[in-house]
Parts: sequence; C-alpha cells; structure tokens
Amino acid sequence: MTSKTAFKGNTMTKCSDPVILNLWHPVGAIAEAAPGVIQETVLLEERLGFAVEANGEPVVWRSRPDLRWADQVPSVDRLPARSAYGYVWTSLGSPPADLFPIPEYGEPDRRKLNAATFGVNVSAPRAIENFLDMGHFPYVHTDILGVEPHTEVKEYDVEISVDRDEILATRCRFFQPMASTASDGGADVDYVYRVPHPYCSVLYKSSPVDEARRDVIAIFLQPVDQEHVRAHMLLCVLDEDNEDKVIKRFQQTIFGQDKPILENQVPKRLPLDPRAETPIRADKSAIAYRRWLSQKGVTYGVIPAAA
Amino acid sequence: MITLYDYELSGNCYKLRLLMSFLGIEYKTVPVDFYPGREHKSEWFLKLNPLGQLPVIEDGGLILRDAQAILVYLASKYDPSGTWYPRDNPDLLGEVSQWLAFADSITATASAARLHDALFYDFDIDAARAGAHRLFRILDEHLWFGEQQGRNWICPAGHPTVADIACFPYIILSEEGGIPRQDYPAIRRWCDRVKRIKGFTVMSGVFPAGPARAAA
Repeated sequence: MTSKTAFKGNTMTKCSDPVILNLWHPVGAIAEAAPGVIQETVLLEERLGFAVEANGEPVVWRSRPDLRWADQVPSVDRLPARSAYGYVWTSLGSPPADLFPIPEYGEPDRRKLNAATFGVNVSAPRAIENFLDMGHFPYVHTDILGVEPHTEVKEYDVEISVDRDEILATRCRFFQPMASTASDGGADVDYVYRVPHPYCSVLYKSSPVDEARRDVIAIFLQPVDQEHVRAHMLLCVLDEDNEDKVIKRFQQTIFGQDKPILENQVPKRLPLDPRAETPIRADKSAIAYRRWLSQKGVTYGVIPAAA
Repeated sequence: MITLYDYELSGNCYKLRLLMSFLGIEYKTVPVDFYPGREHKSEWFLKLNPLGQLPVIEDGGLILRDAQAILVYLASKYDPSGTWYPRDNPDLLGEVSQWLAFADSITATASAARLHDALFYDFDIDAARAGAHRLFRILDEHLWFGEQQGRNWICPAGHPTVADIACFPYIILSEEGGIPRQDYPAIRRWCDRVKRIKGFTVMSGVFPAGPARAAA
C-alpha cells in the first residue's frame, strides 16, 4: 500500500456529527511533546499527526506516513491548530474563533500540570457525567474525596447559561477527608462545576491554602471513537510545597479509582432519552448536561432520544 | 526504614505494598513519575536500577529491584511466621518459585495489555490479550482443582504465599487491558479470598471485598 492511497483512505470523515466535528478537541500535552517530534494519535476515528515546533507553534494534520518532519506538511493539509491550557487542540471541521475561557490559567502563582493523559474505554459524555457526580466520592474515593457516613449530596444549583452556552453547577458542598495534596485534614469543600464544551469540564474547589481562591481541575476528553477517549487532566492549583510528581500522583490516584467504574458503564454511550436511566436529585447537573447535549443536537458518543 | 520507589498505578509496586501491609511493616515511599514523566528512565533512577524498571527498594544499604525478588527478600526477612515464603519446605518452595515465574508471564501479557490501552504503549495488543487468556485458563484450572482438594491458595499450603501476591495485581487489573475474567470463576473466587486476607490494602482500580464472611 502506498502512502498516497493510505492518505486518500483517510480523507473521508468518519464522524458525521457537525456539532462535534466543528469543535476544538485536545490531542496531546505540550509538556510531553519534544520540539519537532511527530506524534501520532486518533481523533474521531481519524489518524492524525501532530508536533509542536521549536517556536511553540502546534501543527496538526491528517496522518501521512511519508512525512518525517512537521515542516514538510503542506499548508493545505494542515488542520486548524492552537495551543491552550498546556495542550494542542485541533478540529476536523470549522471551529469557533475562541476556545472556552479559563481565566485562572493566566494567574502566575498557579501550578499548571498535565496530571496525565489516560486511555479510557468509555464515551466522552459518560466520562463528563462521572466527573460531575459527587455521590460516588465516599464509595470510590474513600478517605480522599469522601468517607462514610458523610454521603449526602446536599442541594445545589444548576443552570444552563445562555450567553456563555455552558452548564454551571454552583453551591456544591462535600465533606472531604483529603481534598488535595495541600490538605492537612478533612474539610467541607465548596465545588463549582462548568461544562463549557460537550466533552470538557472544569471544576473549581476550595483551596486549602487560600480561603479566597479555588483550585482548578479540568478534564478535556479527546474522542478517539464513540466509545474510547484519551482523557487529558489539567491541574491548575495553589500548592507551594509539593513537587510536581506528588501533585500529579494525587490526581492519578483519583482517576485510577474512577477508571474501572467508567469502563463498566452500560451502555458505553450516554442515553439522552430522559426515561432511559433513572436519575436521583443529586444528578441534577447530569440531567442538565443530557438536556444540553440534546438541545445542541449532539449524536456522537450518545444514544439520542427518539424524536 | 525500608524505602519503596513507587508508582501508584503500578501493579508490580502494589505487590510490595500488599506484602508490607500484610506483614505490618512500616516503610517510606519515594514517588517516581513513571507516567507521563518517564522518571524511571531518568539518570538518577537508572543508577538505582539500570533496567529502568519499578519497583526498587532500599533497605539498610541493600538496593533490590524486581517485584518477585523483593517479595522473596521481604518475606524471608520480615515474616516471623515464615509462611509467606516457606524457606524450610523445599517442595512448597519449589512451587512458590514456579508461580513467581508465572507471575512474570502475567506481567508480560496482562500488564502489557493494560499499558497499551491506558498509557498508549506500542505493544501487540492481540498477542498480549491472547497470552493473558492462556495463562488465566491454566491458573483457573489449577485453582479449581485445588478447591476440590480443599486448597484455597495457589500453592499447596493452608495459608497464602508470596505466589498469591505476585499473581494478584495484574489479574485483578486485567479488565483495564480489555481482558475480562468472566470465564474464570475459580480465579474470581480466589481474588475474593485474597481481598479478605487480614491487612489487605487496595490500589487505584482495585476495590475491597464486599461485606461478606471472612475466608476460613
């Protein structure tokens, strides 16, 4: 097989959901990209190559085995590319001019790390829902993000913000034995969740070191296909004491606990029919998320409600 | 005090955390950023272990690598009951060694499949999964026949040995490499027995046994 035919075979887009095709999607962490070195990945069932050039500019293209250097990629073959929040982002369609904002990322005293990029055998929307759920903390993240008998998910507020086109869950509160690497004991922790992108969520939680500020943890899901993701985890936290690897280890421990739960979800795609699964009050944010995906007309990674 | 060079999501490191928890040994941990930092290939770590692999322990000036070797060392030195590594029973010791080697093969297959799926290692995933299923079939039969004879553990003794510890992690984590354990009922029962050993501890991806009766 010549590389030409391989490339030709790849030009047909496999995801036909225009909402998802036109989004920005993350493909890899900049901190782990050696300048100029080509990495291969898969986005929406398409093989992509990407590289970060010595000047920091990301280049992304549909995979071409004949190319050895990113600067050989003719500009006509390049996909939209940008770097944001420590990752390379691209799109297979016509992406919006801007990516959702995370203003805290610009604050100079924060530690900004890719905790890890993990492959997970689940759809992106299922992973977002799990990220939004507080009810599982005491059972899955025992002695870290929760502990029995503190199992109640207290009443919280959810809104779909029309002008920002994102979901916002506020006034979330949960007792956590060890909310972060900077914690020195259990505390009631305030949470705010944002879902500013169908496959990305940003969480704000009380900082143990500064009452007035919040740690930011974001999950950016790269849809490999409808039932597999690469989960990129951004940490943007206040912690002056711990080494990077200790902060990453904390987040990886948490995610490693979620992983088998995520991978055992049935069905793997998120059902959007309100009658498909029985929510409880604590699932308010998940209900809003499903409704929001339905309103947008998302079909990829979900089981759309019957019309 | 023993120092364990450790990565939380490593099943091989978990083997040592398990044994030290069963034995009630205190130790300190030096985290190694295996992923994504590849710190196990860094200059300082290669001085500890030129193979660039986890785990490594340091104990009173002794530096040891290889999970199975460290299990043998720790059990020989710190288990006053002498049951985890039964040095005075040659037949049993032979079987323990045989299954320690088997555990290495589980690492080469089931762990490889997990590294492929979760951390994007460039392995032949079909070969890794097929290899793991072959080993699981062999172990499942071995455990099933053992149950018929009243044997609860991998080796013929009334108590678990380091062979059980060495085989456990990458079996219990196998689904993360796309290797279901549905077809191995004796393995599943044995996993539950391991989880009920006094002092059992979990790692990310491993959950404790449900609240049922303790193993005999």
